[in-house]
Amino acid sequence: MVVALILLLVAIGSVLFHIYSPWWWTPIATNWAYIDHTINITFWITGFVFVAVIAFMAYCVFRFHHKEGRRADYNPENKRLEWWLSVGTGVGVAAMLAPGLIVWHQFVTVPADATEVEVMGQQWQWSFRLPGKDGRMGTSDVRNIDPDNPMGLNRDDAHAQDDVVIESGDLHLQVGKPVKILLRSVDVLHDFYVPEFRAKMDMVPGAVTYFWIKPIRTGTFDVLCAELCGAAHYQMRAKVIVDEEGEYHAWLEQQKTFAELSGGKAVVKATYQSGGK
Amino acid sequence: MVDIPYDRIAGIPPAEVPDVELYHPRSWWTRYVFSQDAKVIAIQYSLTASAIGLVALVLSWLMRLQLGFPGTFSFIDANQYLQFITMHGMIMVIYLLTALFLGGFGNYLIPLMVGARDMVFPYVNMLSYWVYLLAVLVLASTFFVPGGPTGAGWTLYPPQAILSGTPGQDWGIILMMASLILFIIGFTMGGLNYVVTVLQARTRGMTLMRLPLTVWGIFTATVMALLAFPALFVASVMLLFDRLLGTSFFMPSLLEMGTLSKYGGGSPLLFQHLFWFFGHPEVYIVALPAFGIVSDLISTHARKNIFGYRMMVWAIVAIGALSFIVWAHHMYVSGMFPQFGYFFATTTLIIAIPTAIKVYNWVLTLWRGDIHLRVPMLFALGFIITFVNGGLTGLFLGNVVVDVPLSDTMFVVAHFHMVMGVAPIMVVLGAIYHWYPKVTGRMLNDVLGKFHFWVTFLGAYLIFFPMHYLGLLGVPRRYFELGDAAFIPSSAHSLNAFISVVALAVGFSQMVFLFNLVWSLFKGEASGGNPWRATTLEWQTPETPPGHGNWGKELPIVYRWAYDYSVPGAEEDFIPQNQPPRATHVVEGAAS
Repeated sequence: MVVALILLLVAIGSVLFHIYSPWWWTPIATNWAYIDHTINITFWITGFVFVAVIAFMAYCVFRFHHKEGRRADYNPENKRLEWWLSVGTGVGVAAMLAPGLIVWHQFVTVPADATEVEVMGQQWQWSFRLPGKDGRMGTSDVRNIDPDNPMGLNRDDAHAQDDVVIESGDLHLQVGKPVKILLRSVDVLHDFYVPEFRAKMDMVPGAVTYFWIKPIRTGTFDVLCAELCGAAHYQMRAKVIVDEEGEYHAWLEQQKTFAELSGGKAVVKATYQSGGK
Repeated sequence: MVDIPYDRIAGIPPAEVPDVELYHPRSWWTRYVFSQDAKVIAIQYSLTASAIGLVALVLSWLMRLQLGFPGTFSFIDANQYLQFITMHGMIMVIYLLTALFLGGFGNYLIPLMVGARDMVFPYVNMLSYWVYLLAVLVLASTFFVPGGPTGAGWTLYPPQAILSGTPGQDWGIILMMASLILFIIGFTMGGLNYVVTVLQARTRGMTLMRLPLTVWGIFTATVMALLAFPALFVASVMLLFDRLLGTSFFMPSLLEMGTLSKYGGGSPLLFQHLFWFFGHPEVYIVALPAFGIVSDLISTHARKNIFGYRMMVWAIVAIGALSFIVWAHHMYVSGMFPQFGYFFATTTLIIAIPTAIKVYNWVLTLWRGDIHLRVPMLFALGFIITFVNGGLTGLFLGNVVVDVPLSDTMFVVAHFHMVMGVAPIMVVLGAIYHWYPKVTGRMLNDVLGKFHFWVTFLGAYLIFFPMHYLGLLGVPRRYFELGDAAFIPSSAHSLNAFISVVALAVGFSQMVFLFNLVWSLFKGEASGGNPWRATTLEWQTPETPPGHGNWGKELPIVYRWAYDYSVPGAEEDFIPQNQPPRATHVVEGAAS
């Protein structure tokens, strides 16, 4: 039976494609191997169900296709079988959902020792900000944005003065250090997406979103925008470089603070407000 | 031995069935154009939906040309690419699939299958079509206005949908909203008809638990649509206000092309919640009619009762109800409150259980059947494979943390095309091959039909199955060009080119289908009234195609469920629903 054979080949071909596919996820660069494991569990369970259902269907087509004199059974229902299948499906679903929810709990629980980094999206470029020596980022508002202040930091906020502002440069992260990535947009939705990090999140104007990661290997990674943001969406790129500690600090030393970038006036004002000399 | 689930009717007294007063057309115009006959309205809906669907098909070729061979076609730029994907998605989901399943199949099949003469509100039904046509024309007009159609993606997310960085910001987005509002008005008029007709106009003996699953699917989908579309309606009105009147429902303080805009105080996420409160049920508004129809195709062509009818009905109802509490699984990475993830992942995966039951029951219907591999059955088998495939990848995307790396990649594109593109279209095509003889009195050509099936099914599978792996690799969706990215190997570009070539071939085979539709109308073999020897009422009409009022002088009386195929002891391998018990010659004791 040709039809049954083709149906079976679709199932077998899909499995072989899965095994030999040259297209597979990128080598992971963060702690989120848990996500990859959950995907693997899901592949095993769904793959089994897929092959079982298609093979059964192909067998039925092979065994029960119309021949002269064949008559179908009359079999309206079989409660027992239907309940067993439902319970079996429920168990399979639970086997995927439970690890998924456990890993989601880790995903939304930011470790206390995570440092903060801010990523800001705008059509169609990325900017980054690191807290300065005080370890805190100052407040910001889209209404503060001007050519001297591209990220809209609050000039009256002392915490903002020492923030490291990187406009249209690359972001560096330190390997092995958990980091909470705060996400902000000043115009439309964007999404900070680094395939090797696995984690991603939309950036929403008017809100601050976040995710956290712990980089586990050094390297240079492409940043893409994963939420449609207009005409040049596909060109909104940057790079993230994960460094060893020494290199990271060397890079950090070269960066400019908000106070340095926005000119002396703001520095004076900040000094005055914070009661300094 | 054999367990008969339905109540065996000793015989309903042949009471006189009161005739309903019908509107009778008096001229060519009221018979064929401004017709109030549900069958004519169904054909009008189907032809209009197919015409705009062809536009969506051509758009898909254009975007595949760009994706497969970037830089080769200078007439496609980044703005147009976004306009193509937006219009393709919107047309396919709303103006083709929703309109075809509910306005097309719903109008044709509901009155015939429940044994009614027509829809209960024929005039409103007629208005429904004309408002729908207007919505389609407004949509199509956006191709010709300054700036072209909107390129905001079919999800139309603000703020970008109404800001100047997005193509179609001048006219396209306004007309898109106007068209959606019109569509919803038109649909509501039709939808109320379908629901009331199923509830109030069933013929004597047609209990709810004797309805064919086709009617259950369309009925449940219509109830869902009546509840879900209002969310899209208000979202469209509010977005229109934001764009035209300067309100800020969805717009926080933000920059528009680098300068501070007039907006402030709104929430982009509010739109996403409204959109997906509609958008997720919409998936099942398309899927449930397909579930129902495919059940009837499988049962008829396997000459076997649908396995587990009652469970199938409850599964349809359960899926319909559950689909209203899963919407935020489209928003796992939207920046919404992260704790929502637990709830929506759980509800989403629970929906897999009634859905799986349906799949089991379809394949168990094949077990010990007498399977006629005619074209409608082939499409039903193709549906099962593509639906199972797409349904299972839904378990990846529904499981919140797994969705994080996969969202906004080609994995999502592959998933939803497989599950709500290819699978329902397999059913649409199978259903056309199945009911074409009733609509026209002629059979579609079988050789062309088989060619059409194999190219469409295998081609669509070759397009969308490998596409999942591009997503797994991390290739993002809605990209005009992938450009330089270290993680994308050159083999990914080769795969893209391969997919594009197959897509063109599948598109070509649809032209063969269109040819078949037209050719068979004149040259097809005469079908007779019931070529598939099916049990349901639409095959028992006195005339084929059914005349005005469907049933001649007397309405049919229903004595049994819709699935009396191969009943032990019966002479024929099918017993029509309107055949009285005495005439079946059931051998004494065979059915006890």
